[in-house]
Amino acid sequence: MKIDNSLPLEYSTEENQLKVLGFWIFLGAEVMLFGTLFATFFTLVHRTAGGPTGAELFEITPVLIETFLLLASSFTIGLGIHAMRLGRKNAMLAFFGITLLLGLGFLGVEIFDFVQYVHEGATIQTSGFTSILFSTLGTHGAHVSVGFFWGLFIMLQVKKRGLTPQNANKAFIFSLYWHFLDVVWIFIFSFIYLKGMM
Amino acid sequence: MDFFDRFAIPNPSPVIYASMVAIGLTVLAIIAGLTHFKKWGYLWREWLTTVDHKRIGVMYLISALLMLFRGGVDAVMLRAQLATPDAKLLDAQHYNEIFSTHGVVMILFMAMPFIIALFNFVVPLQIGARDVAFPRLNALSFWLFFMGAMLFNISFVLGGSPDAGWTSYFPLAGNQFSESVGTNYYMIAIQIAGIGTLMTGVNFMTTILKMRAPGMKLMKMPMFTWSALVANLIIVFAFPVLTVALAMGTMDRLFGTHFFSTDAGGLDMLWANLFWVWGHPEVYILILPAFGIYSEIISTFAKRNLYGYKSMVWSMVVIAGYSFLVWAHHFFTMGQGALTNSIFSITTMAIAVPTGVKIFNWLFTLWRGKIQMTVPMLYSILFIPLFTIGGVTGVMLAMSAADYQYHNTMFLVAHFHNVIIPGVVFAMLAGLTYYWPKMFGFMLNEKIGKWTAWLLSIGFVLAFFPMYITGLDGQARRMYTYSASTGFGPWNMAAFIGALIMAVGFALIVYNIYYSVRYASRDIGSDPWDARTLEWATHTPVPEYNFAITPQIDSIEPFWDAKKNGQELFKGKFEKIHMPNSSGMPFIMGCIFFAWGFSFVFSIWIPLIITTIGIFVCLALRSFEVDHGHYITVDEIEETETKLRGAN
Repeated sequence: MKIDNSLPLEYSTEENQLKVLGFWIFLGAEVMLFGTLFATFFTLVHRTAGGPTGAELFEITPVLIETFLLLASSFTIGLGIHAMRLGRKNAMLAFFGITLLLGLGFLGVEIFDFVQYVHEGATIQTSGFTSILFSTLGTHGAHVSVGFFWGLFIMLQVKKRGLTPQNANKAFIFSLYWHFLDVVWIFIFSFIYLKGMM
Repeated sequence: MDFFDRFAIPNPSPVIYASMVAIGLTVLAIIAGLTHFKKWGYLWREWLTTVDHKRIGVMYLISALLMLFRGGVDAVMLRAQLATPDAKLLDAQHYNEIFSTHGVVMILFMAMPFIIALFNFVVPLQIGARDVAFPRLNALSFWLFFMGAMLFNISFVLGGSPDAGWTSYFPLAGNQFSESVGTNYYMIAIQIAGIGTLMTGVNFMTTILKMRAPGMKLMKMPMFTWSALVANLIIVFAFPVLTVALAMGTMDRLFGTHFFSTDAGGLDMLWANLFWVWGHPEVYILILPAFGIYSEIISTFAKRNLYGYKSMVWSMVVIAGYSFLVWAHHFFTMGQGALTNSIFSITTMAIAVPTGVKIFNWLFTLWRGKIQMTVPMLYSILFIPLFTIGGVTGVMLAMSAADYQYHNTMFLVAHFHNVIIPGVVFAMLAGLTYYWPKMFGFMLNEKIGKWTAWLLSIGFVLAFFPMYITGLDGQARRMYTYSASTGFGPWNMAAFIGALIMAVGFALIVYNIYYSVRYASRDIGSDPWDARTLEWATHTPVPEYNFAITPQIDSIEPFWDAKKNGQELFKGKFEKIHMPNSSGMPFIMGCIFFAWGFSFVFSIWIPLIITTIGIFVCLALRSFEVDHGHYITVDEIEETETKLRGAN
């Protein structure tokens, strides 16, 4: 394995470079996936069939908390990658740990929110609107959940095997994924929640 | 016993029972054969666990050929039923099931793996790479496709086949009108195969963008590689739409959501839109690589460089862009208004422009060429006029006002078979014949091959041109019978005879393989066609590492220039080569996905949960695994090279 020391660790081998580009392309596919969900949401948003509308369901407080937690986690994972590039393993692990805890907090609030919706009579079976609402939020939430375990496994590997080119590559790609989920959330926050509350 | 009722066939017939017996006997025969010849270890080590792009390509190829015959039998049954008025061969339900599976099998489980087989085998060789970017992911792609295809195929004998057409429009595909598990099979089997295809798209884009031999700039890539790049770009952007649509369809059927239902705020036209936002780019995923194959073949056998290289590339890129802007032309009659229809009419007709550019480029390549009429060339020459007719009828269909006459008639069926068969199928058969010597070390028989090409072409014309006429006269597609007074009888009989001639043509392919295995010369060298691109510059059979020394490129046709102008491709000396390790994980994950899909289809929840966990456990194990691959030493390379040089 040839290691090019002039590049950051996560780009230092040919295999690493392939993986970063491959993941960017995969994120392109993810954009289409969420794009399809959003397109469907805009199509079905007013099809509430007598069930609750967005304006009736959405509460600003939990949504703001979710937004705050997820945006903060995007910042901390950036710090984690910065620490990784400086070769500070413990700092990196700490920032990754904070990131995942923030992600867990986000999921907690989201589940709490879902329970509220169900109490107000909006289940996934209620109407076209609630079907796509739960599906879009749920797809994002499922991504965060998968990301939680993925990030956890990377932390364990960094702890055990150190900051190798492979681990740095995995951590960097994971950070791309995490930032992407944040971008998706900004769209959810703006176009599903804020627009829905107006 | 209630639990087992769900596996029963809703509409049994002797054909289905015979198939059950045939499938059972085949499985037993394969198991007995493998055991008798002690081939289990060989199968596992050399094929099931392989990550070699060439072997994966061959596995895709075998699957595609098998599915070609499955879909072909469906086709013959459909034409037999329609051959005479008021025929009783199939009832309406069976007819519905058979045209649905014919469409899905031919598009998703025959044409797709066929082009992916050629991507796998050819692209890394054409760009001078040692393998694809993510070899293990490539194996996973194959096993997901394969398991998806198998899951779809068992629907015939377990629980019933899908019967809502290959487009599976809602509300017809909803629980109310499609009660059997057939449509569940559709939603889930295609989902599994589709995820595999999406991974293929990511893999090949990365491979082509990052792993080209030194000196091969983008505008120096061979045309097939270009077509693969564009097709994989479309895959990456189109398949997620299908993923979402299928997931929504599954939820509507199994969890009572209201995406496509006609009550509680659902919108059935949403399915049609989402399906075709994927479905139309899908047809370009199929045809662009076919264009790539024709470009390679026409240039090789006209002994000229491809005319208009840049315009060939740009026309593909433009077609790829347009492919996402035309989806509504599939349902002009479903009431979206004159303005929308007009816009989609114009974008659709505009696609004919870049396609026409390509047709003229091929003609200009042929012009004053020293044409060698080999089998691949024969297919290419037959392709140009036949495909052009299909394209012209496509422009007719694109006129939204006139489409009210053609919509859902046999005219449409004739049109899309007219572009898919001479376009995609001929290209795949031409590509198969062209690359066969590189894959297996001997050539397919030319004489039998030419018979095949002519039989397929004549059979095709006889089978599909009558449908243009009956379609304009009002024969609707997907109707299982018609009365004698319509006058469609003789035309449909002609079509049936055409279908039989095509069936003979396809059977000849099998005979040709058998004949050539027995009698063809093994002494063909590494460049039997006197070809122009890099894949012919390495040995036959291709060694595991493809190229002992990475080639240096400075032209579009490096191998041709090396042969004619003495440019040196392979400079330097042997160095140890890094290769990926084989792995059983992709195959195991494929099997788990099969069990997952099967549980999902029949709503057996506990195995579904267990297999879901199993999939994530596999992913986690992969994350923790340390696999640095292995090295092939200089001594081993020298040994292999000496042996292969001796063989030539």
